[in-house]
Amino acid sequence: MLDIFLKAAFIENMVLAYFLGMCSYLAVSKTVKTAVGLGLAVIFVLGITLPINWVISTYLLEPSTSVLSGIIGQETDLTFLRFILFIAVIASMVQLVEMMIEKFSPALYISLGIFLPLITVNCAILGGSLFMVAREYNFAESLSFGFGSGFGFFLAIVAIAAIREKLRYSDIPPALRGLGIAFILTGLMGIAFMSLMGIDPGNIIPQK
Amino acid sequence: MADTQTDVAVKPKDKAFAFGKKEKALITDPFNDNNPITIQVLGICSALAVTTLVLPSVVMSIAVVFVIAFSALIISLLRNSIPKQVRMIVQLVVIATLVTVVELVLKALNYDVYKQLSVFIGLIITNCIVMGRLEAFSMANRPWRSFLDGLGNGLGYGAILIIIAVVRELFGKGSLLGYQIIGNTDDFMINTTTSWMFGWYANNNLMVLPAAAMFIVGIIIWIQRSMYPRLVDAS
Repeated sequence: MLDIFLKAAFIENMVLAYFLGMCSYLAVSKTVKTAVGLGLAVIFVLGITLPINWVISTYLLEPSTSVLSGIIGQETDLTFLRFILFIAVIASMVQLVEMMIEKFSPALYISLGIFLPLITVNCAILGGSLFMVAREYNFAESLSFGFGSGFGFFLAIVAIAAIREKLRYSDIPPALRGLGIAFILTGLMGIAFMSLMGIDPGNIIPQK
Repeated sequence: MADTQTDVAVKPKDKAFAFGKKEKALITDPFNDNNPITIQVLGICSALAVTTLVLPSVVMSIAVVFVIAFSALIISLLRNSIPKQVRMIVQLVVIATLVTVVELVLKALNYDVYKQLSVFIGLIITNCIVMGRLEAFSMANRPWRSFLDGLGNGLGYGAILIIIAVVRELFGKGSLLGYQIIGNTDDFMINTTTSWMFGWYANNNLMVLPAAAMFIVGIIIWIQRSMYPRLVDAS
């Protein structure tokens, strides 16, 4: 379980290895403070939606394990509903999280502001669910994968925000300022993260 | 990211399917002045990882063009009956349905490419460019114009995607669409009869890495903004 967490956070980082969640990554990474807020929200939503989507995918959609197959008596394949159900779960979970945070911690709610609802269309969230299905994780693994990839997103967005804050003092060609240099920086960060690629997380953690 | 096209209101007497200067601009603008990737910065999420080879990128572009154009058409037809509070959900359902159609069609037609694209077809749903155009244009414009706008943005997006893929496949693998163009094939030590042009060229493995896509987009933005200084953002 821990190896899936480490793998999702560092080696197969959502942002730097798969380019998921790029829109908010580029738009919200101008200051470290907002980046931290968005990163925390993404960890939370990914950690919640992945197990829920796992349950839906396993017990409603997959023909071999579906509860419906048992009731009807023949295999029912509902996998074509996957996209619609996943995105509906994500949208409603984001809504729920938003209401909960508003109720229990108004200060955090105000600091997150518009970024909270925008998580719905963050590709990293849906991507996490789809990767979970494609890689056939079990429940515990998908939980750990959710938190791991959320943490990876957090790391990446905070790192680039810190770099972009420093970048204001450097002399960049006008045409490359802003967006262009942000892309190139992301590429460089991706290469830096690739140096972790040879590591097998299974070997770091002592096996019992 | 600001969009100036939204406030272009259509006069009531305009024909439903007119194709004049304005309509042409809807298609050509997204190629340069209002490109989804380099200017609007939308939709980078789901596609850059597929650009290592040209063929999957072409398929991806076609899929995105289809989804944007038809979701724009459908949302524009429904725009007066969608309550404002639930419009995001309605848009997502329309997009998700179209993406499901694309996925099933591709699965039936070309299973290899389907496997290669894996989760990235599904990720067209959260591709910001689709929802971005629906929010910015289709919710306020007539069906035909929305359709053209969707088509133009899809094509502008596909153009960037294919440029990146051509660079990456040509320099990373020495081939285009699977045909060897420069350098040697992997089996040139055994099969010496296949002598290709530029046999001295060694494949640049950097181009196969995901990071290369970021560099290429960065360089495209650099070139584009140097050629058209009006596109440089003030910040």
